[in-house]
Parts: sequence; structure tokens; C-alpha cells
Amino acid sequence: MNRIIEKEYFSENVVKLVVEAPEVARARKAGHFVIVRCGEGGERIPLTIADADASKGTVTLVVQAVGVSTRKICALGVGDTLTDLVGPLGRATDICLHNGTVVCCGGGVGVAPLLPIIKAMKEAGNRVISVLAARNKDLIILEDQVREYSDEVIIMTDDGSAGRQGLVTAGVEEVIQRENVAEVVAIGPAIMMKFVALLTKKYNIPTMVSLNTIMVDGTGMCGACRVKVGGKTRFVCVDGPEFDAHQVDFDEMMMRMKAYN
Amino acid sequence: MTDNNIQGRDTGWRKALREEMTAKERTAIPRVEMPMLDGAYRVSCNDEVNQGLSFEQAVLEATRCLDCPTPTCIEGCPVGIQIPDFIKNIQRGNLPAAAKILKATSALPAVCGRVCPQEKQCESRCIYNKMKKAPVAIGYLERFAADEEIARGVDINTNKTKTNGIRVAVAGSGPAGLSFAGEMARRGFEVDVFEALHEIGGVLKYGIPEFRLPNSIVDAELASLRNAGVRFHTDTIIGKTLSYDDLLNQGFKGIFVASGAGLPKFMGIPGENYCGVLSSNEYLTRINLMGAGRKGFDTPAPVGRCVAVVGGGNTAMDSVRTARRMGAERAIIIYRRSETEMPARREEIEHARQEGVEFMTLANPIEYLADEKGRVRAVRVQRMELGEPDASGRRRPVPIQGAIDEIEIDLAIVSVGVSPNPLIPDNIDGLDVTDRGTIAVDENLCSSIPAIFAGGDIVRGGATVILAMGDGRHAAASMAEKLLADAKC
Repeated sequence: MNRIIEKEYFSENVVKLVVEAPEVARARKAGHFVIVRCGEGGERIPLTIADADASKGTVTLVVQAVGVSTRKICALGVGDTLTDLVGPLGRATDICLHNGTVVCCGGGVGVAPLLPIIKAMKEAGNRVISVLAARNKDLIILEDQVREYSDEVIIMTDDGSAGRQGLVTAGVEEVIQRENVAEVVAIGPAIMMKFVALLTKKYNIPTMVSLNTIMVDGTGMCGACRVKVGGKTRFVCVDGPEFDAHQVDFDEMMMRMKAYN
Repeated sequence: MTDNNIQGRDTGWRKALREEMTAKERTAIPRVEMPMLDGAYRVSCNDEVNQGLSFEQAVLEATRCLDCPTPTCIEGCPVGIQIPDFIKNIQRGNLPAAAKILKATSALPAVCGRVCPQEKQCESRCIYNKMKKAPVAIGYLERFAADEEIARGVDINTNKTKTNGIRVAVAGSGPAGLSFAGEMARRGFEVDVFEALHEIGGVLKYGIPEFRLPNSIVDAELASLRNAGVRFHTDTIIGKTLSYDDLLNQGFKGIFVASGAGLPKFMGIPGENYCGVLSSNEYLTRINLMGAGRKGFDTPAPVGRCVAVVGGGNTAMDSVRTARRMGAERAIIIYRRSETEMPARREEIEHARQEGVEFMTLANPIEYLADEKGRVRAVRVQRMELGEPDASGRRRPVPIQGAIDEIEIDLAIVSVGVSPNPLIPDNIDGLDVTDRGTIAVDENLCSSIPAIFAGGDIVRGGATVILAMGDGRHAAASMAEKLLADAKC
């Protein structure tokens, strides 16, 4: 049982939860995720870790209410508990000092798992430009925290209500055209990651994506999370969640994410 | 453990039992038939198929045992249960004594009595086989004695061994981990078991369905281990949540890795990633562990009207029988060899057939076809015939040129084996791993790191509950010896 000690609404359907999990808070690194279960009959669902405080023994999760389980989790209040939280799972992000700019782009709640990567990239000494994208102004999350660790932040909205009107790819391409970009990190909806991958492939820039597929156990046992990467079937939970974007079969992944719809 | 009153062939009561009846009279008694639920009824529910022996049936079956001077059945048991000792206690009606003898070598007798392949182990060595007669039903009797113990609600483990203060950790709460934990607790060690999932029991909970092994039985065995002083921790992954150093810092002197089978294998054929094609691990975990398809459980259930299960092992049988219970009108086993070569227990194959499962043998899937949404709609199978024996000694299946069929299905469950779980090998530096991905161990089940022992599927790659339990017992003996020697220094 893991107690919720802080809750904040980023928007009507997006909630930030600070949860007690001392061992996970101590062990986790950028890129890791946890599996969470809410209620005795609850599903096991993967959630990426947005932040952690080892001294307080807490991890921060950002949850968007889209299905049965995420709605249940978003409805929890301070003092309530998650039935289970296990992790940290997956492989940590490979952080190094690049010879060139690192562009970190996040779509919607994808900004939450992106934040620890932005932080780590900056702390490794990189020039970091972050591109945040959402449908509208209200859905842009964690902007202040992202600014704190970025040399520049570009905001893109579908309706132009914040930053510039346009898709995330427009923001990324602008940076690519004006400076030497060594790596792109993209986290967000599958379709967004697919188009970022197509763009950076054109420029031959190494690109990393973090996949959020269907999982059951999250420990390499069930294979529900399998995706094709470079023509080979890989398991997101133990081989990922981060992969070379140019090798990921996004169309198959999007098809598989609808398996239980 | 030796108890002069309950064990030993030379005790007075044993001699008296032997003199009661001649061998000829004993061997004339037919082997007991396990009472079971009707096939049509059982696909409508999850009730346990085998109902267990009555007291009278058990005593009569125990009477068949000839109480051989050198009982070969024991040699067939991976944990060396003192078989005639417990059987003869059943015959004289001393059921607590029978249970006590079982528990002396097996932490989970009610589980083993159900899922061990006795026909390949103890029962295959029974003297009756030499007389061309059906062997004593050792498995049924084991289950009977263990179930009676649970029903009495008296736990022989309530008398805790005095602790020796040495802490040991176990990674994984499946059969290997539980067997190790029981053995170490009995020796006075302080045992903490860490489980990655939210439930204790490993494959006994997520894998084996309730119609073969009810959760209440597993829970009773777990309660017995808790009584013996074993502590359980869910949601904790060794190598991830707690590192090897964390465990050492917490004062653990020895670690037994029993993290089990991991990654399900797929065949690498076209269309295998379509929706509706899943591993047996995923299928069984969703239904057994997560309660998919039952009221009050959120996990979605994979449901099909026509379900193909690829493979011929016990997991394939568990999957195909589960599919029938989940409402499949057709549930088909597709297996590339013939039924003779199937690794599943005969009993499971028979039970599946009684439940209306179809068997398509000498057939190998070569491709899945899907509808426009990417949902599987058919499987193409290559018909096979048996050729020369291969490395396993079984006749190799070879394709029959041009013999390809297309079968309409809406769910496919792939049950062709598993690879070892990579989490621990990947996350503990200096732990030697074989080229198959299993943890490398010596004859004492000690790994390349002296404090770490390993057993079960993480060492074997994919075996049975009882072999895993045998490893747990073996590792406990060698780790205990090492730690007690270290403590004296």
C-alpha cells in the first residue's frame, strides 16, 4: 500500500500525485517506470516516474484519466492509498554529454516522463532545448520545471492558445535547421512519436522514444508489451521502454494498443 | 526427522500391518479411481476437477502398497519423500503422522499431490509396474494426507524452531522459493521472501488454474510457512527495488534466487503480433492472477469463440482448458508432433479431451491472418509427418509438401516455452549467466557470487514444480551448511 501525500490537478483529466514509495524513490533513475494497481480487483498499469525525492521517500506520477484504472487513480485524494506500486522497472535512459544540442520533445502527459530526462541531460552538461506540445494551453504541463533545466523552451499548441500554432514537429524542425542537433528524445502519444521519428530520420539524427504499451506484469513475463524494433520482437518492459525511434514499427504498436478496445 | 512411533519399517505396527494380508491379496486390489467432476459441468465453472479420495478409498489404496524392504519409489521423488512411511500411516488411520512425514521433506505437499507428474517419478518406480499392474496411487495419497491436514486446521509448523539469528533472503515466491524458505525456517534461519507481483505464490497463482490447483490450497500452504516464521514481501523486485548491496546492508547473509521463467517464447512467424495472438503466460496471468472476465475485476479478458492453443505441454493444456471455461465453442490444441510426444501429463490431455478440446497434431502454425483492424482471424498450419528421431530422442516432425490448411480462429495462445527471467541476471554485477540466459551454478547450486544461490526455472530454463522444489531443498541444505560454518569462524 502506498499513500498519496500530495495531489495537484494539471487540467481536468490530468493529475499529479506524490506517492510514498521510499525504496523506489531511492532506486529509480531517469527513464524508469512503475506498475500501479488501484483496488483489489484493479488492473496492473504502467506509469512513468515524473520525479522522485529520495530523502522524502516519494515518487511523483502524472496520470491522465483515459480508462477505467486511470480514472480510479485520478479520483484518489491525499491520504488515500494505491493498492500496489512496484518498480523501478525498465532500463534507465542512457545519459551522456553530446557533441551538439539535445532536443527533448514531449506531447501531452509525455512531458512528465520527459522531465527527469531533461534534468539528467542538463546535469550531464548538454545544451537542452525542450519542445512541449499539446492541443491547447490548458494541456501544457510542467512548463516551469522544464524551463528550469532547459536552455530554451518552445511551446506548440494545435490551436495557438499558447506558444506557436502547429505540431511538435514544426518546433523540432526549426531547431534542427538552425543548430547542430546531436540527439532527439521524444515522449508522447504514439502518433506524435512516429512523426518526430519520420522527421529526424530525414535529417539522420539519432532519436530515442519511450514507449507506453499495454502491460500486465511489467517484469518480462507476459509479452503483452511486445513491439517490433528493427524487425525483431522486443519487450518494452525489460528491453525498453526506450528504443531507437527509427527502428520502431509504430503502426504495429498503435494497432496493438487497441487490442482490448 | 525420525520418529520411532510413526516412521521406520521395523516398528511393531508396521510389521503387524504387513502380516495382515498377503502380497497376493494386496495386488489383487484394483488401483483407486480419482473421483472427478463431469466434463460438461466443469467447463461451466472453475471448480477443481479432481475431487480427492474418501477416507475409505485412501485406506484401501494404502493397503495396496507392499511396503517393500528397499522402496524404489523414493528414488523417483526429487525431494525424497519417505513414501512407504506416510502411506502406511494412512493405512492405519494416523493421518497427522502421514502429514508430518510429508512436511518433513516437502513444504507444499497439497500442491505436489496435485501437480507433480507422479507417473514419471515415484509411481513409475513402484514395484507394481514390474508385475504389469497399475502402480500405487502415491500422488492421490499424498494429496489426501495433505488435504486432511489442512481440513483439520492444525498446523505442525506452529512449533517454531528457535532462531539462529542468521538472515536469508529469497527472490521469488514460486515453488523453488517456498520450498527453500520452508527448509531454512525449519533450520532456524530468519527468512524473508521477496515477490515481484502483488500476490505470493508465483506460478502456483498466476499460472496453474484453479480447476487444477485451487488458490485456497496454495494459501493454506503459505499460512503454514508464515506460522513457521517466514516473512513475505510483495511488490519487491530484487535487482530493481532492492539491489544486492541493499540486501547485504540489511544484514542478509545469503540470497536464494528463484525468480522463475520469464520471457515467453514466440515462433517468429508472420502475423504473430496481431491483436488476439498472445502468450500463454499473458492469457493465464490475466485470468488466474488478475481475475479477468470476472465481476469486480478491471483487467480485460481475451475472449474467443474459436481459440487455437499452440503447443503440447502442461501450460498449453491449462490454456486450452481455460479457454473452454471462458466460453470458447472450439478450443484446439495445435501441436507439431503426434500425441505420443506431447510433454503434457496424460491426465491433463485426458481431462482436456473430456472437456471437449480438439487435438490437431502433426500441424505447425506458419502464419496468422488478420482482419482490417489487425485482429487475428485465421491461422495457416503446415501439416507434418514424423521422420527420424532428433536430439531429444523423439521423432522429428517434417513438413508434408503442399499440405497447408487455414483454420478460422479469433484468439491464438502461443505456448511454446519460456526463456529465463532476465531481471536478476541483468541487474546484479558479477553474476555469471549461461548462454541460455540461466544463472550458472555449481553442484551446490551456488552462483559465481558466494552469497547467492539459485534454483528452479532461473537455473533450469523451464521445468516442473517439483524439480523447482527439489532445488529449493538442495540449495537450503548447502547454504545452511555454508552459513553455519561461516558463523563459527
